[in-house]
Amino acid sequence: MPSLKQTPLNAAHRAMGAKMVDFGGWDMPVNYGSQIEEHHQVRNDCGMFDVSHMRVVDVKGEGARAFLRHLLANNVDKLTVPGKALYSTMLLENGGVIDDLIVYFMREDWFRIVVNAGTADNDLVWMKQQAAQHAPQLTIVDHPELAMIAVQGPNARTKVWEALPGSKELSEHLIPFSAVEMGSMFIARTGYTGEDGFEIMLPAKAAPFFWATLAEHGVKPIGLGARDTLRLEAGMNLYGHDMNERVGPLESGLAWTVDLKSPRDFIGKAALLAHPPTLKLVGLLLLDRGVLRDHQHVHSAHGEGEITSGSFSPTLEKSIALARVPNGVQIGDSVQVAVRDKMLAARVVKYPFARNGKGLV
Amino acid sequence: MSNPGNLKYTASHEWVKTEADGTLTVGITDHAQELLGDMVFVEAPTAGRKLKAKEECAVVESVKAAADVYAPVSGTVTAANSELDGTPEAINSDPYGAWIFKMKPDNAADVAALLDATAYQAVVDSEAH
Repeated sequence: MPSLKQTPLNAAHRAMGAKMVDFGGWDMPVNYGSQIEEHHQVRNDCGMFDVSHMRVVDVKGEGARAFLRHLLANNVDKLTVPGKALYSTMLLENGGVIDDLIVYFMREDWFRIVVNAGTADNDLVWMKQQAAQHAPQLTIVDHPELAMIAVQGPNARTKVWEALPGSKELSEHLIPFSAVEMGSMFIARTGYTGEDGFEIMLPAKAAPFFWATLAEHGVKPIGLGARDTLRLEAGMNLYGHDMNERVGPLESGLAWTVDLKSPRDFIGKAALLAHPPTLKLVGLLLLDRGVLRDHQHVHSAHGEGEITSGSFSPTLEKSIALARVPNGVQIGDSVQVAVRDKMLAARVVKYPFARNGKGLV
Repeated sequence: MSNPGNLKYTASHEWVKTEADGTLTVGITDHAQELLGDMVFVEAPTAGRKLKAKEECAVVESVKAAADVYAPVSGTVTAANSELDGTPEAINSDPYGAWIFKMKPDNAADVAALLDATAYQAVVDSEAH
């Protein structure tokens, strides 16, 4: 068995009683006891996640903006204030999604991108290849030496301010989806839970101390299990489940992140315009007893679909899912989901399912 | 939690208790609930259903995954634990108390052939490698 990659917090997780699992080649904590309790902890108070497996990539040099305008499906021209962040997909020429990411505008010659762990190597190859072709003056620098800790929940920012002297002055006026540097740390008011909070990048060597300091201030560790149910309730896509290299953003609920109206050209645009979507992503709420899971078939009056992310919602205490279904399916429709040997009733609902501590469905 | 010595076990992680009247009470082991995590749904077989040994007969679902529960021996289901409908998490907190179904074995001798606590622990240990 190839050895699993470890984050700088591996020993800390084990010391805190984490159950570790192989997560795409990384040895990561899935929970520290109860996934459901961890989920509620984040919705009701706050918790911290080790997301050091995600990769930080800096695009540096003159013309960085022009390069990203071409590389990304969302328009970096929306970023006018230093520190501001944008969610985007990065597409293949055929319109399939290579990855989804957050790009931060720091300076005209420095944009910072955070990509998924499992796709990071592939992303880097693609970005370097595109840069070599279109903007050879740029440097694409990845930062495996940076750790990342997400602190999320209604009390997250206050806890970070208590644990990290000097951070309040710098970050209390940060609007959502923006970031600021603090020495060698990078504090972003972003996340993947539907709650307020920060994602903090810092040198790997400093991560165990910061993690321990947060714990001393009462911030509970949260595993990747709860991270997944939190993001699903928040209606946030997960790469490889809700979209991939064969399924584009328009069929993945991400039309809001794709700018097809401006004259700007970007990789994948022609394919998106040539192939209007016939499927769309919707939310499902299970009415019968059971649990919706990835890849279960959805039967609607307009044809078949498939669940792309399904689980149990601890906030709603019901099963929920994201599903890709024919365009004709509407909010409020009743559908059937094939679960083992049964057909279970579900309702098509708007998502997010829950945010800011409350269920919305 | 150690595996109670008065129970029998299967390699597929069910525990089996023989009651005074010969009925079998079946649940999943502490090791199984630990692997699955927070339980959110249990689908037990209905009374009267005939089971063959090793047949899939119940489903337990945690937040993380669904897992089949297998009939430890051949026989007939006599009861399902309806309390688990509202409190599936009892399997996490009390795996050897939160039974899933009861059955009458076709052949009581089949039960004797199941694993004892020591043999079951050896199965668990071998999975860890």
